[in-house]
Amino acid sequence: MNPVNKSSENDFLNLLTEAGIVIRTASPLVWQIEAEHWRTFAELAMLHHYRWVAGWVEENPPQSPFIKGEENDSSQSLFLKEEATKDSPPLQRGGVGIFMVNACFEKNGTYLVLRTTVNLNHPVLPSQATVYPAANRSERHSHDMFGITFTDHPDPRRWTRHQAWGKQDFPLRKDFPLQGSPPAITPPDRHYDFIKGYGEGVYEIPVGPIHAGIIEPAHFRFQAVGELILNLEERLGYVHKGIEKLAEGKTAQELIRLAGRVSGDTTVGHSWAACMAMEHAAGITPPPRASLLRAVLAERERIANHLGDMGAICNDVAFSFAFMQFSRLRESWLRHNARLFGHRLLMDKLVTGGVACDVSPSDCALMTQEIAALREELADIITAVDLNTSLEDRLYTAGYLSKQTAAAFGTLGYVGRASGQAFDVRRDAPYAPYQQLNFNVPIETQGDIASRFWIRAKEINVSLKLLEQLLTHLSDDTISADLVTAWQTPAVGSEGLGCVEGWRGEIVVYIRFGENNQIARYYPRDPSQHNWLALEKIVLNNIVPDFPVCNKSVNPSYSGTDL
Amino acid sequence: MLRLFSKIIKTGVVSESIPVVQDDELEALGIELKNQISKKFSGSIAIRQVDAGSCNGCELEIHALNNPYYAIERFGIHFVASPRHADVLLVTGVVSRHMQTALLRVYEATPNPKWVIAAGDCATCGGEFGVSYASCGAVANVIPVDLKIAGCPPTPLALVQGLLALC
Ligand code: SF4
Repeated sequence: MNPVNKSSENDFLNLLTEAGIVIRTASPLVWQIEAEHWRTFAELAMLHHYRWVAGWVEENPPQSPFIKGEENDSSQSLFLKEEATKDSPPLQRGGVGIFMVNACFEKNGTYLVLRTTVNLNHPVLPSQATVYPAANRSERHSHDMFGITFTDHPDPRRWTRHQAWGKQDFPLRKDFPLQGSPPAITPPDRHYDFIKGYGEGVYEIPVGPIHAGIIEPAHFRFQAVGELILNLEERLGYVHKGIEKLAEGKTAQELIRLAGRVSGDTTVGHSWAACMAMEHAAGITPPPRASLLRAVLAERERIANHLGDMGAICNDVAFSFAFMQFSRLRESWLRHNARLFGHRLLMDKLVTGGVACDVSPSDCALMTQEIAALREELADIITAVDLNTSLEDRLYTAGYLSKQTAAAFGTLGYVGRASGQAFDVRRDAPYAPYQQLNFNVPIETQGDIASRFWIRAKEINVSLKLLEQLLTHLSDDTISADLVTAWQTPAVGSEGLGCVEGWRGEIVVYIRFGENNQIARYYPRDPSQHNWLALEKIVLNNIVPDFPVCNKSVNPSYSGTDL
Repeated sequence: MLRLFSKIIKTGVVSESIPVVQDDELEALGIELKNQISKKFSGSIAIRQVDAGSCNGCELEIHALNNPYYAIERFGIHFVASPRHADVLLVTGVVSRHMQTALLRVYEATPNPKWVIAAGDCATCGGEFGVSYASCGAVANVIPVDLKIAGCPPTPLALVQGLLALC
């Protein structure tokens, strides 16, 4: 992690002091404040260009260990090394009768976890969503799952809750059993208060939850005039599977299997982020070879998904040549995955402390050939696609997302990068092995579907170059052949944060351990959570028939958002 | 345009023949109705895919059936947009409670005779998510299932072989 620029950090701290906000630090990267200052902090953070990353809640978290350590060694763990603060009031590192509410911010590649506690019997807190729209659905999720009221929330309607549990039931509370007491048949969520459109010629189109194609379920409510979209409202939560609740009580090793299924297309990304968080908590580092292999898997996952998406974008505007070509390339890439790693989507290849796979010199040779072949194929196809005017006609200027809107919603990954948001965890908050690799982060500023198409092509190129470097490092005999660092059961209350650049963008995972190597809290934040918000803006003033291609150009995960 | 056509010619036909499923394998796939169905569907089936609560991994492999290697339409198998046009429901994922009614309605909307295929470990046995406050578990807990295709996710080959057996 980059050190925060000291002078700007001091300015920020002064500003907070002026506002009467007392910060108790558990570590340089965990700041605890009083609940009443929750929104004021967000307002000041916004002024200082902090990005809102994620929010989550814990009930009665087990006491975290109090370990004294040097302030600057934050590369290992965000939380392990706590700094004793002499003057400030005692820090609440856990406890009973409380909810611990967390919000993660990022600036210049440094992640900061802000936390506060509220009383279990009176869980009320000012909303940060008035300042950061990215916090909107996250706070609604925390309300539905824990019963925390965020005052002055701009949109206090339910979000994750449909009709499977009651208004006064909160599934992530400790007194709510995993099985709950659902009705034999859960009724449809009929009375959700959608935004209405009025005026001459305005009509509504309800779509979903089941859509026409092979795609995940959600409900979309359009207001349109003629073919033009005036407004889109997304209603998600249909594939809520109780992932956060299921994680509780699992061992570290069991959790990875679940993490790999938060969003099937991002199995490597989510497993890696979960592993990183758990390894931070346990204070272990995977061996170098394991990090290299994790990156090989992650870049392969990125390429496979980008190939699929590029084909699907073309398919949505009926350009089947490109669809067939890209899906052919994706298929042969996946077959190589199966041959090299034993699974087409690379599921279950990461383990706590390392990886459960390796590559031989002949595997490396095969991958080198494969990289060359893919480059050659792409050169042909991309030229043909680039020269195609009918494709140009459909993709340029359609589905526009401005730089400002992208920044306001904290838009991530290729969607953000197509609208001038350069952030990439691999470069800006680097983790092993990316520190030792040379790569650039391509960026586009046009913000349309074409930009989101071409940024993927550029990212494939970057990933191919990364793979070549990774293969060179893997063939280096001086690197130890170890694939796993022995697991250490983390102390009760240990916590860790894992941040990796998945193929869709930044994935952030928070994990806290309870007793006996068991997970007390697992919260994965998929980049889709932010990008869904951007999609509602992207479709405005486009025609209804272009919604599928707009959606495909963003390709947010439903499962990764609904959890 | 010339580049486009030359790439098409250069690529050629990549579609593969699908290994014929032997009868004992068919049994392993849990198919009892093969002969009956082939009469009723005359070798052509329309499929409505329903994600009832998957992690989206299964969808990726179902998508792959349309790539030129498998080119599943050549067997008379095609995906349709509405359950009212479908012979077969291909259901993935556990059935999330929030999708339970939607799945029941899709089942009702599909005209008889109809068959339900549960694809993937989640759909066949509950997989990683099982039964909970949020999930009804396997598809068979909600609607009758005629054929199960295991795997997490099932490979396209396993899916094709399962589907072919229905024709
Ligand atoms: S079977 Fe596996 S791939 Fe399919 S939905 Fe379930 S977890 Fe995902």
